Amino acid sequence: MSLLAVRELAAERGFRVLFTGVGFALDPGSALVLTGPNGSGKTTLLRLLAGFARPLAGEILWQDEPIDRDLEAHRQRVAYVGHLAGIKPSLTPREQLGFEARVREGSVEAAIERLRLGSFADLPIALLSAGQRRRTALARLLLGDAPLWLLDEPTTSLDAEGEAALWGLAREHLAGGGLVVLASHGTVPLAGAQHLALAAVPPAEAAAA
Amino acid sequence: MKALLALLRRELLLLWRQRGEPLIAVAFFLLAALVFAFGAGPDAVLLQRIAPGVLWVSALFAVVLSLERIFEADLADGALDQLALSLPLPLVVAVKALVHWLGSGFLLLLAAPLVALAYDLAWPLWSTLLLTLLLGTPSLSLIGTVVAATALGARRGGVLIPLLALPLSLPVLILGVTAIDATAVDIDADAHLLLLGAALLFALPLSLVAAPAALRQALEAG
Repeated sequence: MSLLAVRELAAERGFRVLFTGVGFALDPGSALVLTGPNGSGKTTLLRLLAGFARPLAGEILWQDEPIDRDLEAHRQRVAYVGHLAGIKPSLTPREQLGFEARVREGSVEAAIERLRLGSFADLPIALLSAGQRRRTALARLLLGDAPLWLLDEPTTSLDAEGEAALWGLAREHLAGGGLVVLASHGTVPLAGAQHLALAAVPPAEAAAA
Repeated sequence: MKALLALLRRELLLLWRQRGEPLIAVAFFLLAALVFAFGAGPDAVLLQRIAPGVLWVSALFAVVLSLERIFEADLADGALDQLALSLPLPLVVAVKALVHWLGSGFLLLLAAPLVALAYDLAWPLWSTLLLTLLLGTPSLSLIGTVVAATALGARRGGVLIPLLALPLSLPVLILGVTAIDATAVDIDADAHLLLLGAALLFALPLSLVAAPAALRQALEAG
């Protein structure tokens, strides 16, 4: 039995169909890399998997149960790092992660240590660089035990050390039987990852026809 | 429960860090009420006559102006996504409404005596004014969560919010003003106050259903 299965999925955005007939199945401990040109629906697919929206057609199954039977319960299984970091500019990384740790369990100090946030953990996030903010957002992955990680171009603005930390976290998560689905334009150093290429969306006239 | 307290703590911390915004709402309330007084002229009888309406309308405007900040920033920086992943949305709405009230209605309650002085209100009117604000402004915050959530992601959300919030707030405004008017002519205002309380009890479950539904729409479009 696969942990996460997707069948004949179709999605739209702004009344344009982005993709149809997308399907895959992921067993515990496996990773899926979404590729495709800008605007092909990678973020939309990740948001569907997170339970933020319902698909146009098709179904998403978690342990053979459709997730839309209880989207709220499904969202608890997800750790999501998207384009928007989801961290508050007027808080410090320590306060931000402290809030998330109280909601989802886990050790703030371990997360700070692991992603090397120490040197800026007590500065307001508004003052941090893009890479430092990205690291703060990624530290969320260490809090809580969400089995499904959804990462939208997680390496954006990270330096080499940050990337190494990210892939280290992902490998540990996979080794523990978790799932990682990520959208990426670069190379993903995760052994045995499946790939799913989304095609470019045809121009508006063609889609309407 | 633990998550609720964590969110409450975060929201209070954010309110404190961005304390300029609630203070602007209070300053707006004070200024609007005083500008009315200047506009109406120095007739003390007239001022006392219009005071209940002026105070309540000023308070309503001040609250409505601050509605946009309830959810807008959380949508823009992605925090709304994260809240939806870890907490039930009705709980998020309840905490947001409570903290919005602390940063608007509650502060207006503290500032209201200043305005009451300017209008030379007698003590019974004064106390009724405070009671109506205490019972009425939480309803405004609750109605406000529904309106703010509905306007999320709309272009010109800032203009849409007053257009939606003002008509919905009319019953609260009418009850608040008539309660003070009743006291002014020595009629017991208990009935008005009870109705204000009833409006609050009506707004509470309604907003906890309607605002999360609107937030789900915003997440879907996100």
